[in-house]
Amino acid sequence: MTIIKTEDLTYTYSIGTPFEKTAVDHVSLEINEGDMVGIIGHTGSGKSTLIQHFNGLIKPTHGKVFIDGQDIYEKGVKMRDIRFKVGLVFQYPEYQIFEETVYKDVSFGPKNMGLSEKEIDERVRETCSLLGLPDELLERSPFELSGGQKRRVAIAGVMAMRPKVLILDEPTAGLDPKGREMVFSQIKEYHHRSGSTVLLVSHSMEDVAHFAEMILVMNHGKVFCYDTPPNVFKHADEISKIGLSVPQVTKIFSILRSKGIDIREDVYTVDFALKTIKEYMEGQ
Amino acid sequence: MLKDITIGQYFPGNSAVHKLDARFKLLITAIFIIMLFSAETFPAMCVPLLFFLIAFAASKLSLRLIVKSMKPIIPIIIITSVLNIFFIDGVTVADIFGKVRITDLGLRTSGFMIIRLIALICGSSLLTYTTSPIVLTDAIEQILKPLEKFRFPAHELAMMMTIALRFIPTLIEETDKIMSAQKARGADLDSGTLLERAKALVPILIPLFVSSFRRAEELALAMECRCYNGGEGRTKLKTLVSGGKDYVALCLAILFLCAVLLINIGKVNF
Repeated sequence: MTIIKTEDLTYTYSIGTPFEKTAVDHVSLEINEGDMVGIIGHTGSGKSTLIQHFNGLIKPTHGKVFIDGQDIYEKGVKMRDIRFKVGLVFQYPEYQIFEETVYKDVSFGPKNMGLSEKEIDERVRETCSLLGLPDELLERSPFELSGGQKRRVAIAGVMAMRPKVLILDEPTAGLDPKGREMVFSQIKEYHHRSGSTVLLVSHSMEDVAHFAEMILVMNHGKVFCYDTPPNVFKHADEISKIGLSVPQVTKIFSILRSKGIDIREDVYTVDFALKTIKEYMEGQ
Repeated sequence: MLKDITIGQYFPGNSAVHKLDARFKLLITAIFIIMLFSAETFPAMCVPLLFFLIAFAASKLSLRLIVKSMKPIIPIIIITSVLNIFFIDGVTVADIFGKVRITDLGLRTSGFMIIRLIALICGSSLLTYTTSPIVLTDAIEQILKPLEKFRFPAHELAMMMTIALRFIPTLIEETDKIMSAQKARGADLDSGTLLERAKALVPILIPLFVSSFRRAEELALAMECRCYNGGEGRTKLKTLVSGGKDYVALCLAILFLCAVLLINIGKVNF
């Protein structure tokens, strides 16, 4: 079932000034419920602008956005209800933390939803444990935590609202490899457990290749392609041409092919690469 | 909403006003303000207005920009003019239910106040629109420099102003971002009673303060890393140069000021 649908979505910044720029250019897109989608593109390719349309933070210059079949910019639609349905975690979300304790900050969203005390408590505790924030941390001030912990508190603040769609804008930017690994696996776990749709914006193909079920490549405000990873990485050369790097293994396989070795082109994880090479060698 | 703020905005250009030495521009603006507040009669008030029109025409700015700069002070203008109308004693012109009186002097003062406030904002906007903030603070530093003999911290003041101006756009952008982030968590900023709205600002103000302190700390560190140790012995990459045209403009301003004073003396009773 389609959960997010855009029709001819266009957004232009600063109309009528010399700084006018079309960030999202006639995007028509359908995202299925329960998918784990990786959104990839350059800085300025319009990916951050695009996702802010999905929960009504930006009003499109032209075109429509449907969430769960509902045109969200139609008159009479309560934007807050849409925002509870589509949770958005911004880039560097730790800057939105403001409460005295971790518990209070995570419960801000659920409280705004008007849930009962008991329901809030249950959600906060479950989300925090999922994100590896132990109980004794809940009563501490979020400002005393480490960078990685703060990031996870901020993500928990949105996850605890249990949105049907969770969108994360570069959730691992500025974290060390260990922290990145952790956040990625927790998001994966969340997706697995809740079965909700997850959209993850990144500029690293390597990261996206590992978990995404669908990949959306944006270029100059347009959809370059939206497909499954194997199909996307078949076009490794074209993706490189628009200036995005493909995973290192994909690059190696593309070089092998150019050297005349007849090997599959849709390889994007190391494990699969190993298997493919083994098969190839056995075939020889 | 936040994008409407025009304070400290600079519009690069090549007009005669743009090219004036910033120190002279500051002095001329000061003279303009003296003109505004020394003019006691309506004919005298026309002189600074004429002066402004000349400067405006020379600056080649669009009228829309000047009008836009007025927007934030409209409430102040309304409040002060209303207060003046009702609370200044004089010959009664109109009675409202026999309780509130409107007097001739009240109307006159309020009229003056409106003209002065509008001209004041327009004049100073003209200065900031045509002078980059960095150059402007440089000029302030130079003008205040003689006071350093009396331990007046001219350089520190100028540096503080530069930094403050520099961070206005950054803070606006940051506020926008934090507002969006809290809205995404269901914060309701646009409805409710006054108290509820004030409370709704807490999730925005706290992160803003936190990040401002963080920025301040980072900036201080970065400055120290580049061996910043105050104004002593510091040289400038771009020094301010004054020429003949600057003196001409200054003389013109002084002439206009004299005109105001003369009209005041000749015709005190309007």
